[in-house]
Amino acid sequence: MLQSVLESAGIQAARVESEWWFIFRVTTVVTVIVLAGLAVAVRRGLRGRDTGASEQRMLRYIGIAGAITVVILFAILVRSIFTSRALASERVSDVMQIEVMAYQWWWSVEYQHPEPEQRVRTANELHIPVGKTVAIKLLASDVIHSFWVPSLAGKLDAIPGHEAVLWLRADRAGVYRGQCAEYCGFQHAHMAFVVIAEPPDDFERWIQAQRKTANQPQSPIEQRGLQLVQQRACVMCHTIRGTAAGGRIAPDLTHFATRSTIAAGTLPRTPEHVNAWISDPQAIKPGNRMPTIALAPEDRAAIVAYLEQLR
Amino acid sequence: MSLTPVVQLEVTEDHIASESRALSHSWAQPRGVMGFLSEVDHKRIGLRFIITALVFFALGGVLAALMRIQLAVPENQFLGPDLYNQVFTMHGTTMMFLFAVPVFEGLAIYFIPLMVGARTIALPRLAAFGYWMFLAGGVFLYVSFFLNIGPDNGWFSYVPLAGPEFAPGKRSDTWAQLITFTEVASLVGAIVTIVTIFKYRRPGMTLDRMPMFAWAELVTSFMIIFAMPAVMLASTSLILDRLVGTHFFNQAQGGDPILYQHLFWFFGHPEVYLIFLPAQGLMSTLIQTFSSRPIVGYVALVTALVATAFMGFGLWVHHMFAAGLPEIGTSFFTAASMMIAIPSGVQIFCWIATIWSGKVRLEVPMLFALGYFVIFILGGMTGIMVASVPLDLQVHDTYFVVAHLHYVLIGGAVFPLFGALHYWFPKFTGRMPSHRLGLISFWLLFIGFNLTFFPMHQLGLNGMPRRVYTYLPGLGWETLNLAAAAGAALMALGALSIVINAIVSLRRGEMASRNPWNAATLEWSTSSPPPPHNFYPERVIGSRDPLWDDPPDQPIIEGIRSDRREVLVTRLLDAEPDHRYHSPEPNVWPFITAVFTTIMLIGSMYTPWAVVWGSIPPFITLIAWFWPRRTDINDESYPVEKARPQLNEATGPA
Amino acid sequence: MTTRVLDVSRLPSFAFGHRSILWWATMGMILIEGTAFGLLAVSYIYLKWRVPEWPPGFAPPDLVWGTVTTIIILASALPNELARRAAERLDVPRARLWIWVSVIFAIAFCVTRALEFTTLNVWWDSNAYGSIVWFLLGTHTAHVVTDILDTGVLSTMLLIAPIDANRMVDVAENASYYYFVIASWLPIYVLLYLAPRLV
Repeated sequence: MLQSVLESAGIQAARVESEWWFIFRVTTVVTVIVLAGLAVAVRRGLRGRDTGASEQRMLRYIGIAGAITVVILFAILVRSIFTSRALASERVSDVMQIEVMAYQWWWSVEYQHPEPEQRVRTANELHIPVGKTVAIKLLASDVIHSFWVPSLAGKLDAIPGHEAVLWLRADRAGVYRGQCAEYCGFQHAHMAFVVIAEPPDDFERWIQAQRKTANQPQSPIEQRGLQLVQQRACVMCHTIRGTAAGGRIAPDLTHFATRSTIAAGTLPRTPEHVNAWISDPQAIKPGNRMPTIALAPEDRAAIVAYLEQLR
Repeated sequence: MSLTPVVQLEVTEDHIASESRALSHSWAQPRGVMGFLSEVDHKRIGLRFIITALVFFALGGVLAALMRIQLAVPENQFLGPDLYNQVFTMHGTTMMFLFAVPVFEGLAIYFIPLMVGARTIALPRLAAFGYWMFLAGGVFLYVSFFLNIGPDNGWFSYVPLAGPEFAPGKRSDTWAQLITFTEVASLVGAIVTIVTIFKYRRPGMTLDRMPMFAWAELVTSFMIIFAMPAVMLASTSLILDRLVGTHFFNQAQGGDPILYQHLFWFFGHPEVYLIFLPAQGLMSTLIQTFSSRPIVGYVALVTALVATAFMGFGLWVHHMFAAGLPEIGTSFFTAASMMIAIPSGVQIFCWIATIWSGKVRLEVPMLFALGYFVIFILGGMTGIMVASVPLDLQVHDTYFVVAHLHYVLIGGAVFPLFGALHYWFPKFTGRMPSHRLGLISFWLLFIGFNLTFFPMHQLGLNGMPRRVYTYLPGLGWETLNLAAAAGAALMALGALSIVINAIVSLRRGEMASRNPWNAATLEWSTSSPPPPHNFYPERVIGSRDPLWDDPPDQPIIEGIRSDRREVLVTRLLDAEPDHRYHSPEPNVWPFITAVFTTIMLIGSMYTPWAVVWGSIPPFITLIAWFWPRRTDINDESYPVEKARPQLNEATGPA
Repeated sequence: MTTRVLDVSRLPSFAFGHRSILWWATMGMILIEGTAFGLLAVSYIYLKWRVPEWPPGFAPPDLVWGTVTTIIILASALPNELARRAAERLDVPRARLWIWVSVIFAIAFCVTRALEFTTLNVWWDSNAYGSIVWFLLGTHTAHVVTDILDTGVLSTMLLIAPIDANRMVDVAENASYYYFVIASWLPIYVLLYLAPRLV
């Protein structure tokens, strides 16, 4: 899983990476020259051979060095502005829109569609088609967060009352990890997500599957799980489309079992982890908004069984 | 006929001895507890500032060590999220507000009068009040921390996270009120410094003969005056939003969280420079002394200071590039952020030229100055990187920025500071610091620093955000974090060796002469440590580097009364003598005012009425502070009729 | 053995205006507070610029008391100036007289200022507009109150404390600070009262 500025997998990050190498090379050369100059000066100064260097002459050299500094900075500035322009050129309107709403401490992801029933909601996981630009509309539900997938693009803040749009395009299929980059309180450290870039056909299959309502439980234990989910507090916060669960303030669980992690990238989604999470969410991610709900072990197992078949 | 004639007089040894005795008597420091609280001697106040700030530096360092331990391995359980968030907030707040700004303020209060050749500082009671407020603020912050109401929203305390809805309890209020304390202290410090530099310079010290450190402090003080009100406004609005239900930052009622960011960074970016600029003054001081020649490019260096200060106010938005502001605006701030590298570059070139053409002595302070070059230049280069919007959008709020800011602030300010403390140790104490321990401290700090912070560049590029209390394994962050923890341990040893050096040298150090390093500035023309009245006899200044270049027959200044705390006030530009002024006597009321102001400020975290009723006691103490007592009366103008003959000179054209 | 000596003993022991320490301290205060007022005004404009309608949802403050306050503030410049001039002549009785007249003016506009608060047509917790209006007016009022108390203490000193030339310097510098209180009010008046009507 990639989370690195220097391993770009999309056009936006690639542009920044090339900018990075340019500035890095220039500044490295400058640093070496200045420190070498200092070393020469110290050597000469230690010998204390004051040849009566005239201040006028030294000032002339200082002026020349200053002028070279200006030229170098100007070059960097020009290149930086061109990069900014290039980044902005991805801002096209007729692209797929994904609305990302940042919550303390998870990400709600909604694929826009003119028809409401065709919209798809998921959490902490974005699927995007390779080679296509997508527009990510960023909103914040509570405090300021920042959406950042280093391998694909620079970060952008989600600020309450403001709407921001981030354009990105993945050029290589893969799984790219992202993380909240603006300090947002208690569990800022555990607010990750993944972006899965896949070939357009795979993406199309994925989104079609996501549009369906939740799988009906088959086995008795799964049915018992659904019954518990609907009877207990789960429904207050979570949505499972096709069931009575319609809460909007926590991750949508309709296709829970298609996701790779739980608790915003904190743990891989395995039955054991899901079970541990439900039994005591505060032990795994202290301060998160999910309450501990008293459940008998066999009830918890039923819920896990139900959730695990929500494919 | 001139009011200030230069005459040939016989100045006998007896006269000098009796005047010195009289001066020691009239400037004597008051004794006992009341005397301690009434202190107005700028050297005592300055030292209190410096020592208190260093104690806070040590506390901030301990907090930093806790963070490095927590992050040394992934998913560490050493500090939980609650404590970690408090610890990083306390660390930033401490280092910025309780260490970096006050320590330079302390150096200014101690050395500016000595460097400009004055007997004391202007407005000494105000300076004392500033110290007590600073101390009260710092103690208040740490007591709150131990009472579990320490701030936990970062040293920037962004809304809405720190606002009424998402930060219940008192933690945010603690932060906001700490700002008030430290701002009061900084602002009075700035006024005191400016007035001292403008009006207390010894005759002959025209502006273009002022030491570089005085220039740096002058420019810094003006920056404080223009920058600090912004953060006071930000923190006051925050507290009003929290306490009385205003909506400055509530987007639902027409407010805007971005407004807070603008206000905070309009202060926050200049803040960096008002830590950095005094250190530039220290660099010029150290490089001149240890290259044994006048600094090359005096005018260029002063211009660079002023240019940095102006540009420093045009950069604040580069902290907000990720907030989605209009592109055209951000390009301007990119340009400004890069251009500020020019004056820094010019300063570095001037110093290299000074070293090149001088006779270098590799004493410990000079080593710290050379350490500055290595560290600060790297920090400057990463500064150019974060000034570029596209690159900043990647590295903003990551460990890359943590590395950058520590390279700039520790390299750019703390290294020169430690060099200067070693340099001035004999002036403070009368004893020489240990050279060998100094070498050990330097190398421990230099190696430890780079080991701690260099890997953080890579961490940031590898995607590690700032302000995370832990991280998952497998992201390629483990080794680098472990290296940082090891470096932190070395730095802690380095800091410890400095403390040991101070204690050992204080007891057993070699006695220091007046001018042990053969420096050129006036603080070295008096005994180590200086007497309460700083100088006697005083000679008119004749050059930029008086201890090197002044002719031995510069006139002695006579006629400043020795039977009271009298100072000579001079004119702003040319430092021509203007009038004599009776400097305030020791007074306990600044301390008492600070106590009641503290009570009022802390009370106002709980109820707005504390501002109304709580203002009454400080007001009463202020009356007591300013009420003229017998010792304060100017006996040459009391009763007023006695002053009439002086009236023409006192109101005439300056 | 003689040396050259610069004899400064005949210099005066006090000075007025920009030669005095106090003047510079006062200027420092004015710079700080002027910056604060400037930033407050910018915040007002920032909030205004974010919404289509201004004032949002409320009528602008009534003109009457704000304008009366402005007139009294402007008029009080006169006794203030007379006090300053008397002080610079070391004319204690007149300085005492005019500084007391200044206090009376100041109390008068404190009364109208209080009335002004009742006709703002918005509360500080109504919305962000109300907050910034109250903050601006409140900050200025705090300056006014501080200055009155300060002037009051000084006036009392002139009645009962020993008076040397430094007290006269105090009177003169108190007057220069008061000019700042006047000068800072005018842009605030324009922002609070005229801007919502004209723009």
